[in-house]
Amino acid sequence: MPDPVLQVSDVTAGYVPDLPILHGVSLTAERGRITLIIGPNGAGKSTLIKAIAGLIPVSAGRLTLDGQDVTHIRPDQLAAYGIAYVPQTDNIFRSLTIRQNLDLALRRAGGDAAARRNQLLTQFPALADKQHDRAGTLSGGQRQFLAIAMALARAPRLILMDEPSAGLSPKATAEVLEHARKLTADGVSILLVEQNVSQAMKLADHCYILAEGRNQVDGPAAELIGNKVVGEIYLGGRRMGAA
Amino acid sequence: MIGTISYLVFFATTASILAIAVLGLNLQWGNTGLFNGGVVAFFGAGAYGTLILGGTPQDGHLGGYGLFYPLALLGGMAAAGVMAWIVGLLTLRLRHDYLAIATFGVAVAFENLMRNAEWLAGGAKGVRGFERPLRDALGDGFLYNIAFFITVLIILITVYLFLERLVASPFGRLLRAIREDEEAASSLGKSPSRIRLTAFITGSVILGLAGGLYGTFYAFVSPQDVLPTLTFQIWAMLIVGGAGNNRGAIFGAFLIWGAWTASGWALSRFAPVEAQLYTGSMQFVLIGVVIVGMLMWRPQGLLPERLVVSQRGSKE
Repeated sequence: MPDPVLQVSDVTAGYVPDLPILHGVSLTAERGRITLIIGPNGAGKSTLIKAIAGLIPVSAGRLTLDGQDVTHIRPDQLAAYGIAYVPQTDNIFRSLTIRQNLDLALRRAGGDAAARRNQLLTQFPALADKQHDRAGTLSGGQRQFLAIAMALARAPRLILMDEPSAGLSPKATAEVLEHARKLTADGVSILLVEQNVSQAMKLADHCYILAEGRNQVDGPAAELIGNKVVGEIYLGGRRMGAA
Repeated sequence: MIGTISYLVFFATTASILAIAVLGLNLQWGNTGLFNGGVVAFFGAGAYGTLILGGTPQDGHLGGYGLFYPLALLGGMAAAGVMAWIVGLLTLRLRHDYLAIATFGVAVAFENLMRNAEWLAGGAKGVRGFERPLRDALGDGFLYNIAFFITVLIILITVYLFLERLVASPFGRLLRAIREDEEAASSLGKSPSRIRLTAFITGSVILGLAGGLYGTFYAFVSPQDVLPTLTFQIWAMLIVGGAGNNRGAIFGAFLIWGAWTASGWALSRFAPVEAQLYTGSMQFVLIGVVIVGMLMWRPQGLLPERLVVSQRGSKE
């Protein structure tokens, strides 16, 4: 039984007015699942996730979270709606310690902040050992863990992750993606943009393929693995509607 | 001997007042990354506000309300704060260089307003008729200057301690977070525009406090006191001292004011008579060279920002 948490309906968006990058993109993210967005460079994957995060204005279309319209909500207000965004890079504050990063994320989040921080540190043991070190000293994978831990501070319904594997080794990528998988067991939904297609598709539940700012193909990730259509889209040889 | 001490007190008072202004700019730029190119406008708002509110009645311009001095000084600070609120709402969406240009424009507009609006603040002649507080009790001489210097020093220490606490608080960490990455901060539910505005207003109120003390010290303020030169001097003090470090800000204020004073003295004494007309310009060149030189060779300043990693609570 489908249980959509986020619905993106015919969204048009871009960085500059009258110059859209997304042309009527639609997708659905299911609760407690990983929804993957892939596509060749310039497909509009990051633009889409930034539009959902409120960082880029949506000029047409609609975004709904559990039926509630969140199309034009400011990025800093989206956290209160239960959407957390993990940027691709620069997603932690390097001059602060790991603990201070977490405290910053937990500030005014409600509840017992100290207890929640300790809970997050237990969930990410690699961070617990270094909690008094400056975040700038962490490895790439540890930084992603910290960014994810900060995103979890307000117990979000949906986490938007923009290429968490960027700049990571294959081992670190696998660790980060596996951790994302574990989060869904707690009911968290994840909308994931990834360039590392092979690793991400093995973990994802559903996959959308974009090209040139438009939907191309979507389906269960397991079914799309090895599908020659995916390869054709990546190589630029096939577009939606093409014979 | 008394002449030397008297001069040193005069020097230290001016440097301390400027140090307060540099601390205000440090909160904006050093801690929050806000490029305020119109420092002098907020300094001037404090000076004009204090003298207009606390002065005696004058023909031809606003003022003469004769407010109790602390209230007049608070009024000057409030004037700077209100101006920062209005300017901030209009300009804080701009980033770095654009914000600098916009705020520089505000400072030029402020100077022109003060120069031309005679009904408001006496125009080019400035605000007259301000009597320094406790003048009747302490007179106008050495004793008064010592008392005023001690007062300014206490205020400087208070502002320093306040800012040190602020920077070490969760709000201070939030300022640094905004400075480092606004997008990441907003994705955590923080409102960068509101936090930037709060820091901008707080820094400007401190600049207004410095301006109010400056106006009080000289018992006079005119458009000549709010020229862009002062903005560059205060920036030079922060860059040389060390942006992000409150001790650096104070150190830079004393160092640059010392260099400015010493160069003025040396030029007036040793420059050829026919070049005396241009010695003031040479001081401006000196300030420019100092800013460019520091940015090239030691951009972090003489006392760089201390990123203290607290060990408090490590056993929790």
